[in-house]
Amino acid sequence: MKAKVKFFAALREMLGTSELSLDLSDGQTVGDLYRELCDRFPRLAEYGSILLYSVNAEYVPPEHPLRDGDEVAFIPPVSGGCGAD
Amino acid sequence: MQIEITAGPLAPEPFLQHVRRDDSGAVALFLGVVRDNSHGRRVLYLEYDAYPEMAERKLREVAEEAQARWPITDIAIAHRTGRLEIGETSLLVAVSSPHRHDAFAACHHIVDRIKEVVPIWKKEVWEGGEAWIEGEPVAGK
Repeated sequence: MKAKVKFFAALREMLGTSELSLDLSDGQTVGDLYRELCDRFPRLAEYGSILLYSVNAEYVPPEHPLRDGDEVAFIPPVSGGCGAD
Repeated sequence: MQIEITAGPLAPEPFLQHVRRDDSGAVALFLGVVRDNSHGRRVLYLEYDAYPEMAERKLREVAEEAQARWPITDIAIAHRTGRLEIGETSLLVAVSSPHRHDAFAACHHIVDRIKEVVPIWKKEVWEGGEAWIEGEPVAGK
C-alpha cells in the first residue's frame, strides 16, 4: 500500500520537495503518517498545532484511515485572497 | 458557475459577462489587489501557491454555500497563482442577483470564506526578505 504526500508553500520550501511516495502500514491513519514524517523531517513537527490534514483533496480528522493510492496533504493555515485584511 | 485557478492575468470583463442576466439587477464585483506594503514593509511582489484540485473544489463549495443562503443568479470566482506584481489582481469574485443587498452580502461572505478554507498561500517578498504568510488557523473546515 502506498500514499502520495503533497507539500505546498512553506512546507514545500522547508522540506525541499513537493511530493513523496510513502509505504503505508495496515490501519495507518493520516495522523500516524504525519508523526512518521515528523521523525524523518523534525522541522515538520513545528507545524503540528496549526496544520490541517487532507485526503484526496478533502479535509479530514487525524484519525482518518488511509487506503492504497490516497493523496495526502498537510495544509498550513491558508492565506489566499487579497493583500489587505 | 465559473471557478478558476490560473497563472494568467485576471481581467474582470469576461467574468462579469458570465454572471450577468437580464432578470438580475445587480452584479457585485470584488477584486483582491496586490498592495505595495505590509506591516510597514515595502512589498516588492507576491507569490501565490495553491493545491489546485482541492482549491477548485473548495471554491465551488464556498460558492454553493452562498447560493444556498442568498437568492443568487450566478457566481464566478478566480484566483491567481505564481508571481504577482504590485497592483495585479489576485482574487476576483463576481456575484449576480436580482437585488443589490443579496449580491453584496454573498460577495462579502465568499471573500471571507475563501480566506479561511481554500488551500492557497501567499508569500510576501520585501527588500531584504520574504515569508510565507499564514492565515488564522480555523477549526472544523
